[in-house]
Amino acid sequence: MSTVSYPMADTATMLRRNLRHAQRYPALSLGAVGMPVIMLLLFGLVFGDTFSAGLGGGSEFDYIDFLTPGILLMSIASGTMSPAVGAAMDMSEGIVARFRTMAIFRPAVLTGHVLGNVIVTIVSLALVVGFAILIGFRPNASLGDWLLASGLLVALTVALTWFAIALGLTSKTAEGASNIVLPISLLLPFLSTTFIPLESMPSGIRWFAEYQPFTAIIDTLRHLLLGTPMDSGNGWLSIAWCIAIALVGYFWAQKSYNKGTVA
Amino acid sequence: MSSAIDVRGLRKSYGEKLVLDGIDLNVAEGTIFSLLGPNGAGKTTAVQILSTLIAADAGEIRVAGHDLHQEPEEVRAAIGVTGQFSAVDGLLTGRENLIMMADLFHLGRQQARRRADELLERFDLVEAGSKIAMTYSGGMKRRLDLAMTLVGSPRIIFLDEPTTGLDPRSRHGMWQLIRELVAGGVTVLLTTQYLDEADDLADQIAVLDQGRLVAQGTPEQLKRLAPGGHIRLRFTAPDEFALAAQVLPSASRDEESLVLQVPSDGSVHTLRALLARIDDASLEVDELTVHTPDLDDVFFAVTGQATHESTNEKVTSK
Repeated sequence: MSTVSYPMADTATMLRRNLRHAQRYPALSLGAVGMPVIMLLLFGLVFGDTFSAGLGGGSEFDYIDFLTPGILLMSIASGTMSPAVGAAMDMSEGIVARFRTMAIFRPAVLTGHVLGNVIVTIVSLALVVGFAILIGFRPNASLGDWLLASGLLVALTVALTWFAIALGLTSKTAEGASNIVLPISLLLPFLSTTFIPLESMPSGIRWFAEYQPFTAIIDTLRHLLLGTPMDSGNGWLSIAWCIAIALVGYFWAQKSYNKGTVA
Repeated sequence: MSSAIDVRGLRKSYGEKLVLDGIDLNVAEGTIFSLLGPNGAGKTTAVQILSTLIAADAGEIRVAGHDLHQEPEEVRAAIGVTGQFSAVDGLLTGRENLIMMADLFHLGRQQARRRADELLERFDLVEAGSKIAMTYSGGMKRRLDLAMTLVGSPRIIFLDEPTTGLDPRSRHGMWQLIRELVAGGVTVLLTTQYLDEADDLADQIAVLDQGRLVAQGTPEQLKRLAPGGHIRLRFTAPDEFALAAQVLPSASRDEESLVLQVPSDGSVHTLRALLARIDDASLEVDELTVHTPDLDDVFFAVTGQATHESTNEKVTSK
């Protein structure tokens, strides 16, 4: 008897499993979707005028426009918690041992987590854009710009999700997994140009913010959605960051998942 | 009979700790083979290796006719595993768990549903089928676990301590299910630390102790290894005890508790003969018990110690 591999069918089965998890245990996904929306409303409506004035903006400078691209990245970042915890939980339970002794497409289990999270994150991104427009976000992007921006956001989601899953697989418990992704879900969005421009940061933080991936990507998004000027290198840098994070995350995750088993 | 599982010289160690030290096993098709041993003997490691979950350090292993190192996917397609820790998805319902398995066996939508419902029925989970598995009792989880293993109709099933932690009723239910499986032609490799379980279910038993097979055979053969079959007679009056000791000179005496142990093979014939002698001498026996050698005696006979649960730590893989 020869065994035939069904990559698509097996991945689809795992995706259904993960979407059902998101539906049954919505706390994680709701947190991931809700937090960025709250941040958007808080900074946009409550602190917006103060920030705007402090940043020397006149009537030309609309803080909501400045804020929204960063909040989109924050949605992606806070969305990484759920797949990291999910992967850690899978490993601590017997179910993955079962999958590993079955003739199924090996990467399907993890790919299912990634696709599931990409779908949840897209919903979350759409919500953020919706709320942002409600409170005054006015992008002046063409369809092509929107497509490029969406592509970049999805690419970053895929990349960070693989990375978060790799981190989740290294931790033995769900709690450990949720802690280990905190640097991604908090540090990267806050220590970036999400809320304030580089020039207004203290020098140490500014150095970090300048070279971490989110800043380049936020800059690119602002350029695409609002037509703000940018360093042309940032577009390529954004793509390079996404590819690098995705590759490291993917291979690291697969290696952890297959550790010690018969190939 | 051809063999479902054939293992020669299986070795595995975790760092310094040698877990399996050159195991040879042969399991005939359509039989129940039990790996019996205390915690930490290496049973789970053996199952994990035979089910392709972890790699062996050395050894020739053939499962369902396939070399495990060369053709792990073919082995996986032929086996089913129900581990010691429940391998069900707690956030899915029982039915969804079964349908997920059916999907992974690519049964097709209609057939997947039919198979799931059929298994829910067979495993007495029809009512629980629409509840999420997290809410199940230990026995229900174990039944669902085994049902999930059966979705793909595997020819060889590994059951790692299938009744550990179950109440007596669920335990006997599980035994019944296992017997039915084998009646249907499936081969079962079962690990257990319960001697009565191996005795009750297995065609062949291998006793595993600290990574080595210390005995192998049918339950009957193993019992023959162990001396100790006897009839125990307890008396209340010391003079009755003294008289009985004279009438039954082959018995060993315990003066303090007034107990005589008469060697016996446990047959009705020897029991009847003994009762006749008791009647002839008009002995007043307070209590009579027949003690046939069980696998506890076997374990003691082959390892020189009782099942040493407490002295062995469970080795967990990293």
